[in-house]
Amino acid sequence: MARIVLGLISGLVFGFGLALSGMDNPAKVQNFLDLAGTWDPSLAFVMGGAIAVAMPAFFLFKKLEKPILDQSFHLPTKSALDKRLLLGAGIFGIGWGLGGLCPGPALSSAGLATTSALVFVAAMIIGMAVARRA
Amino acid sequence: METSFTPLTSFAGGILIGSAAIMLYAGLGRIAGISGIASRLLPPSGSARDRGWEAAFIIGLVAAPLLYQVLTGGPILQTFTAGLPLLAVAGLLVGFGSVYGNGCTSGHGVCGISRLSVRSIAATLTFMATGFITVFVLRHLIGG
Repeated sequence: MARIVLGLISGLVFGFGLALSGMDNPAKVQNFLDLAGTWDPSLAFVMGGAIAVAMPAFFLFKKLEKPILDQSFHLPTKSALDKRLLLGAGIFGIGWGLGGLCPGPALSSAGLATTSALVFVAAMIIGMAVARRA
Repeated sequence: METSFTPLTSFAGGILIGSAAIMLYAGLGRIAGISGIASRLLPPSGSARDRGWEAAFIIGLVAAPLLYQVLTGGPILQTFTAGLPLLAVAGLLVGFGSVYGNGCTSGHGVCGISRLSVRSIAATLTFMATGFITVFVLRHLIGG
């Protein structure tokens, strides 16, 4: 139960952060990517704020043996730069530029239930399901 | 269309996002990667032990903008520049690419960079690059 409550609270805090930062707005994200046009550097400040708190925390946690509610930490084990990583990231970036939403803001804005958000999210879930089997 | 530069609220929102990532890592030992959390709820199903918190996280994420609007009294600005067919293509690419490449803006961009993961730094540089190129082609070559 504690694990479920923690999941819910972190999802809420994450979603609040997205809403406050303006990242739920596709136009704002696309403007970050539009260096040659109506550039809006806000997205860099969102990443900066997130990394500013997460980086010291991740380093401090290296001293912990295990997390509070689990037996061990679950970190990615791969270290090589493979084709799958770079191809996937490249394809993701194209969709991100075309639509202006990445998975977090997309799922979060499903709650706002506009037709545009719902079409994007439905297509995204299909894409995820395909990649999960690929 | 122009959007206003919001360094303070964007930085503050970033701090909340980073805090959520810390909570998930300290509590469950998990990386706050949205594409990972969401895709593990799809078939073939991931670990049954994790399904509860993963579903709860997504519910929190979806409920957050609604609660945000109630608490702040203001609507969340959302302007889509793409029409529905293009959004469907974009959604497919975002879903497929982020899961195929093991992460998105949160897992690679925030958590991975914070852990100084070489894979995540390479992935972030790659999706930023293709994102910049895509918007350049869309707005300045094709016209917009």
